[in-house]
Amino acid sequence: MAGVPKNVAQMKPGEVGIVAGFTDDHLSVKLMEMGCLPGAAIKFNFKAPLGDPICISVAGYELSLRLEEAATISILN
Amino acid sequence: MSATRRTKIALVGNPNAGKSSLFNQLTGLNQKIGNFPGITVEKKSGWCTLPVLNSTVDLPTAETVEIVDFPGTYSIYPRSLDERIVSELLLDHHSPETPDKVVVVADASNLKRNLLLLTQIVDIGLPTILVLNMMDLVAKAGLSYDFTKLSQKLGVPVIPVNARQGVGIDELKRLLATPLEAPKTRIFPVWEQAQKPVKELRDTLGVDNDYEAYLFLEQPLSLGFLSKERKATVDAIRTKHDFFPGKFQGAETIQRYSYIQELLNDVTLQSPADEGAWKSYSRRIDNILTHKVWGYASFFGILFLIFQAIFAWASWPMDQIDALFAFISGYLKEILPDGPLTSLVADGIVPGIGGIVIFVPQIAILFAFIAILEESGYMARVVFLMDKIMRKFGLNGRSVVPLVSGVACAIPAIMATRTIDNWKERIITIMVTPLVSCSARLPIFTILIALIVPDEKVIGIFNMQGLALMGLYLLGFVAALGSAWVMKLFINLKEKSYLIMELPTYRVPKWSNVGFTIVEKTKAFVLEAGKVILAISIILWVLASYGPGDRLERAEETIARQTEGQNISDEHREDMVASYKLENSYAGVIGKAIEPAIKPLGYDWKIGIALITSFAAREVFVGTIATIYSIGSSGEDDNTIKTRMREEVNPETGGPRFTPAVGFSLLVFYTFAMQCMSTLAVVYRETKGWRWPMIQLTYMTVLAYVSAFVVFTILS
Repeated sequence: MAGVPKNVAQMKPGEVGIVAGFTDDHLSVKLMEMGCLPGAAIKFNFKAPLGDPICISVAGYELSLRLEEAATISILN
Repeated sequence: MSATRRTKIALVGNPNAGKSSLFNQLTGLNQKIGNFPGITVEKKSGWCTLPVLNSTVDLPTAETVEIVDFPGTYSIYPRSLDERIVSELLLDHHSPETPDKVVVVADASNLKRNLLLLTQIVDIGLPTILVLNMMDLVAKAGLSYDFTKLSQKLGVPVIPVNARQGVGIDELKRLLATPLEAPKTRIFPVWEQAQKPVKELRDTLGVDNDYEAYLFLEQPLSLGFLSKERKATVDAIRTKHDFFPGKFQGAETIQRYSYIQELLNDVTLQSPADEGAWKSYSRRIDNILTHKVWGYASFFGILFLIFQAIFAWASWPMDQIDALFAFISGYLKEILPDGPLTSLVADGIVPGIGGIVIFVPQIAILFAFIAILEESGYMARVVFLMDKIMRKFGLNGRSVVPLVSGVACAIPAIMATRTIDNWKERIITIMVTPLVSCSARLPIFTILIALIVPDEKVIGIFNMQGLALMGLYLLGFVAALGSAWVMKLFINLKEKSYLIMELPTYRVPKWSNVGFTIVEKTKAFVLEAGKVILAISIILWVLASYGPGDRLERAEETIARQTEGQNISDEHREDMVASYKLENSYAGVIGKAIEPAIKPLGYDWKIGIALITSFAAREVFVGTIATIYSIGSSGEDDNTIKTRMREEVNPETGGPRFTPAVGFSLLVFYTFAMQCMSTLAVVYRETKGWRWPMIQLTYMTVLAYVSAFVVFTILS
């Protein structure tokens, strides 16, 4: 789907992307403090057995997020 | 600085940066847990003797400094109660708790993220040292840095260490012994838009530097140390300049990271070609431990192992402790003259202390497991696995740890809820944790089950009594989740819950860290819970030893008169006296007074006395039953109590007192009832008021009463 902005919750295991921006101010601050900055490479690793939360790699380490939190990170890929 | 004040050194850093290892390396066993004055956050501190640098100067002896281990945090902007202490103490430059030096521990294999906090602390302007930890991982990953340049650019000393192996600790100690100036570097210039309020604040309140004043504006919740008037001034300045908390936090973070990126470009000599081997190793473990089937299977396997350990391995030391305190009590009665003081010591204080110490084996084993799971990185995976399920009940993945810990004791479990950053989820976790069957319920369960459930096997392998016990534990868990779900509907959500959590790389636990955790938590339990339990046991002793009128003084006479001419051993007569005394004591009077209320549950006044005495600590139930049925002198030997309980007759029916209906009614009552003063005290401390502990006491008592009533009515 070219041209349609995508977010991390829509990624598939193994998929990579670049952080483009955030849709939630409150969460964006926490994410950025942990190194998830615009321009950073992000990789979707795997989902928890029940599909939520998910595990991503960003800034050289692994982070777990709930799907609703992942949906606030828009990406380019 | 006064001469009596010891130099304080604060350890701060990201979670998983190896702060605890460094703390343990610096302090060894010279640690203690206390509280920061005025705030209910645990203060973990220890002492470290620094080397004498130059014996010719005026320091004749080595200096001992206090090292304070702060909760791990990613930034000076706190996101949980635990983390707030970091900003609060770094902002308050006039408290006796203010650190003289700040040691920032950074995971050097992921320097970028770890430097964010450092740049903030440098800007606050406290003397700072940057410790680059995990240098072994840096080497393995093929990274290398120019430390001298890093130190020059940041304006703080930089020292590489490997805290797990103890490499570089001596150098760090030497550095700590050296006088250190506050860094002159200013990394983040306060925004132009913020300069006016910042200047006004500095002028009116006399705040030391710009960034500190700026944080006063950004973080109103971290200003607990300010007087009301000063806080009002800050609020007024904030309103006047249209500033709101967190206004520039995002922009500040971006600006700091761009500074850090430039800095790293400058000081990195060599970058790794690919991700180190240790990461893919970690991923392979995750393929199993977070797998749909194997993930949950291993989680329940580990839970089973913990339960097994708490109940099977702890029983031997617990029996020994029990016997030891019974011996001390008996011995004191023999050597001390008869009188109320001896009785207070032998029947009140010694068994009270014994009642605390007996839980030490279980608490120690539980915390050994929790420490291993934390150290290895598995705990974060438990949160990851359980978050979705727990959220349905108004809880959080992080609630799993307190709920599991509750199996040993609700007190440390409730203290463990501090890692839950969402207020609502934390309150609900605190409220339902005491429903999880703790080890103090075990003696009651075992004795009642032995009394009413036949010791037979079903389908050849399962022991009925064992199944009944497991059923009660399940009942507790289900009740905890059910109550959480109900509370979710009643407690209004103020803030949004979020998870965002690091999944650390798996590591082999460092065993000395596990050991330190066991010692620290056990000590905290004995001291914290101990105070309350001891006080309560004294009150109960008074209630059980004194009564209205002079019937208690005449107990011996009365029993002697009653048993005149009968062939009764002295021991039995003494037991009858004890029973008569209890019946006529204040506890007995209250027991009789509440009989109408507990009759619907199938209890008589004797059980009523046990309910009263065990109100403060449920484990007292068995001991009271022993006394009331005149078998006190045989100690708490299970068989004696069981036989005696089986023989007890219900005068109304002529049948046995402890029918299955009464037994199950009692079991259910003790599964749900609060019956633990120490837990209430901890909830009071954690929620800073009586409101929540009172709600908790009420709902648990109502739940216990109604359920016991239903069970009794159905079964009888």
